[in-house]
Amino acid sequence: MENTNLKERILEISGVNPRKCMKCGKCSATCPNYDEMEYHPHQFVDMVEKGNIEPLMASESLWTCLSCFACVERCPRSVEPAKLIEAVRLAVIRAQGGNHLKPQDIPDKLDDELPQQAIVSAFRKYSK
Amino acid sequence: MQRIGVFVCWCGSNIAGTVDVKQVAEMLKHEPGVVFSTDYQYMCSESGQNLIKDAIKEYDLTGVVVCSCSPRMHENTFRKAAASVGLNPYMVEIANIREQCSWIHKDMPVGTAKAVILGRAAVAKVHLNAPLTAGESPVAKRALVIGGGIAGIQTALDIAEAGFPVDIVEKSPTIGGKMAQLDKTFPTLDCAACILTPKMVEAAQQEKINIYAYSEVDSVKGFVGNFDVTIRRKARFVKEDLCTGCGLCTEKCPMKKVPNEFNCGMDNRSAIYIPFAQAVPKVATIDASYCIKKKTGKCGLCSTVCGVGAIDYDQKDEFIEQKYGAIVVATGFEPISVEKFDEFAYSQSPDVVTSLEYERLMNAAGPTSGTLLRPSDKQHPHTIVFVQCVGSRCDAKNEKGKQYCSKVCCMYTAKHAMLTREKYPDTDVYVFYIDVRTPGKNFDEFYRRAVEDYGVHYIKGMVGKVVPENGKLKVQASDLLANEQLHIDADMVVLAAAIEPDKSARPLATMLTASMDTNDFFTEAHPKLRPVESPTAGVFLSGMCQGPKDIPDTVSQASACAAKVIGLLSKDKLTGNPCVAHSDELLCNGCSSCEKVCPYGAITYADKEFRMPDRTTAVRRVAQVNPAVCQGCGACTVACPSGAMDLYGFSNQQIMAEVDAICK
Amino acid sequence: MQVENKEFKPLIVAFCCNWCSYAGADLAGTNRLNYPADVKIIRVPCSCRVNPLFILRAFQRGADGVIICGCHPGDCHYTTGNYYARRRMTLLFSMLDYLGIEKGRTRVEWVSAAEGQKFAETMNSFVETIRSLGENKRLEDLRCKTE
Repeated sequence: MENTNLKERILEISGVNPRKCMKCGKCSATCPNYDEMEYHPHQFVDMVEKGNIEPLMASESLWTCLSCFACVERCPRSVEPAKLIEAVRLAVIRAQGGNHLKPQDIPDKLDDELPQQAIVSAFRKYSK
Repeated sequence: MQRIGVFVCWCGSNIAGTVDVKQVAEMLKHEPGVVFSTDYQYMCSESGQNLIKDAIKEYDLTGVVVCSCSPRMHENTFRKAAASVGLNPYMVEIANIREQCSWIHKDMPVGTAKAVILGRAAVAKVHLNAPLTAGESPVAKRALVIGGGIAGIQTALDIAEAGFPVDIVEKSPTIGGKMAQLDKTFPTLDCAACILTPKMVEAAQQEKINIYAYSEVDSVKGFVGNFDVTIRRKARFVKEDLCTGCGLCTEKCPMKKVPNEFNCGMDNRSAIYIPFAQAVPKVATIDASYCIKKKTGKCGLCSTVCGVGAIDYDQKDEFIEQKYGAIVVATGFEPISVEKFDEFAYSQSPDVVTSLEYERLMNAAGPTSGTLLRPSDKQHPHTIVFVQCVGSRCDAKNEKGKQYCSKVCCMYTAKHAMLTREKYPDTDVYVFYIDVRTPGKNFDEFYRRAVEDYGVHYIKGMVGKVVPENGKLKVQASDLLANEQLHIDADMVVLAAAIEPDKSARPLATMLTASMDTNDFFTEAHPKLRPVESPTAGVFLSGMCQGPKDIPDTVSQASACAAKVIGLLSKDKLTGNPCVAHSDELLCNGCSSCEKVCPYGAITYADKEFRMPDRTTAVRRVAQVNPAVCQGCGACTVACPSGAMDLYGFSNQQIMAEVDAICK
Repeated sequence: MQVENKEFKPLIVAFCCNWCSYAGADLAGTNRLNYPADVKIIRVPCSCRVNPLFILRAFQRGADGVIICGCHPGDCHYTTGNYYARRRMTLLFSMLDYLGIEKGRTRVEWVSAAEGQKFAETMNSFVETIRSLGENKRLEDLRCKTE
């Protein structure tokens, strides 16, 4: 279960120290997309700390995180869970090397409610 | 030339095992000035000490070198022995040939050679030793307590009980502090006013206690036993000796829209006011920033209705100078501002309150006369969410909060939750906690009662956001044990705000040259063994100013602090450490370098007249060290560019001589 | 011609503050933690009592290395003494370096009263450095030469 190498890489990419977490759950309390996630922000932190990363990489939750950074903003311990999720996502993308979002697909996905920043960051992340 | 005796100790086999003590004694005999040298099995024993005493008398020794264990161990023993036969104790030097020689070197020739060198260095130092006498300073038998909360009151009462006069300086118009604002106190639930107000009255009636309310410390000079303090008595515009506290003026005052601090601004008071019914001293105060007469010159209604003519619009600040032997800091705390935590919507809805505000809402003397009504529509709340650790236990990088645990929030939240459920059983009460910390007598039992007997819902998790919507507060929170996100429609949200030291603490610390930590709590002289003393001699710490604590802890610390003050004040004279700095006035050029590095403010400057070579006189500014304040660190001796500063017991020449002896 | 291969015994002066480092040295002794006898300790009330002149004097008199030990930052018995020491020594050491006294010959270390182990380790490593640097001749006062 323990995957030290992977854990170290995730910590390096994210610059997050999950040991700072005091398990207050404010990240999950503040998460606007909580119900869509199999693993919630506080679980992410806990699972990375325990090296239990494969289930995270396989989970849909990775892609349901909105990267709104509410958890980063409100974490009293400055753990920054969203950065950790982002790092796991990057680990998956790097492993696959695929191109998930093409520029021509974007117009169809546009939505008035969707913040523009989300599209920009999604494009940056999911395309090569 | 000194006549020096050298005494080499065997310490059984501790030293003699790896150092040839006979040879050390023999070698040191040939050092200049050494007239006697011997070795003995246990120098620290009665007979060893007698050996030293006899030799001092027989050989008329002026200096003694003991080659033995660390000076931290037996320097005092040998100094006392020397003093008992008339040799100045500061003429004794120790060469540490046990901890720093025999115990770490296995090889006899190596150990012996090093012991000889250490002995030589000590002999070289003794040559330059001078007899020292510890200075004495008188003790002013009066204590100053800064802050009139429960900590200050308790300390003052205990000191007064021992017969010493005490002055309490309190910046607000009445003593009582934060405890006066509390409703009930955990874990016994007795009412705060019922146990505090008798103490306030006792303080007012105690002959030895003098209360300077609505006053502040303006300046502090001097040192332990001899502080010169100036106290500013702020103008109340009411003659304290005439006012009877009848309150007629407060009723008639036309300016009634002043936020009432005592109720955390949740209701209004008049511009002339008495903070609360049990205030001590019970005297009215005019708030000049709201008073119509003070602002426009027209009105004067209070002066008209006052039957005793106590109103004085032209009153000025008054300054009192007083000498004190000891100063107690009891400046207390305040809750942090929770506006920064915008996720809790404190500034968006009046129904989001801090715990101290909730305390006032529950209090019979509060803005709602003790009926729990939510501030927005004065309706009875049915769902109340308590949020713990708001601003406590934050990471150092988090600029909004504090790193420490505020210690009292777990218990007062349990109290609030319990009292709410007791008075209004139809209310749903949720407490969101990270950890429930209840280390204290009857504390955990209290918390369990809140859960088991009163049915308070304790949920492990944190509130993420609060959104005011249609007269409700939408609370989004996590329940970590159920691994769920909760959405609660609450009527009120109560934030357990972290506490921080009172804002007046830092300027006061500068005045007192007392040290503070990064959170502005005063630091204690030793965190375990000297918890109520500041590292600055004569300054003592009482209550929250030193760190978060509840009422029982505060009162214990206040009494402990009083015991330390009484111990100091019952001395007639203080004996100092004679190893202090002194300046050579002929060399000093008055540059102030030494003053700047002195952590104790022991250095002052005086203009002195000097005779010049041409028989004229010139006035020069020279440094003077107060030996009662100087602790002998020596920072000034190095800072001094002209070499005028030196340290008794560790003089420049003495240390140079040691260097020379070692590097021979 | 035969070169005499004598073992180099460095001469090291250690200034230790009375409250932390001197007590740390005592603790090293109590725990019987070895370090070379080349180290000779001079007790001072505080690391800020160490006048740069003492260090110059030691080098003039033939010391091969000088180490100053004080309380850890924030732990000074006199509140701020070790900060002054740190600042002064930083300046002095760079000046000494400029004069040709290698930086390795001087050192400031923080050793608490509880760190006997650290004291011994520090002294061992310092002596090792000085041994590798060899004898100090740069500042030696030729008038003090006895040979």
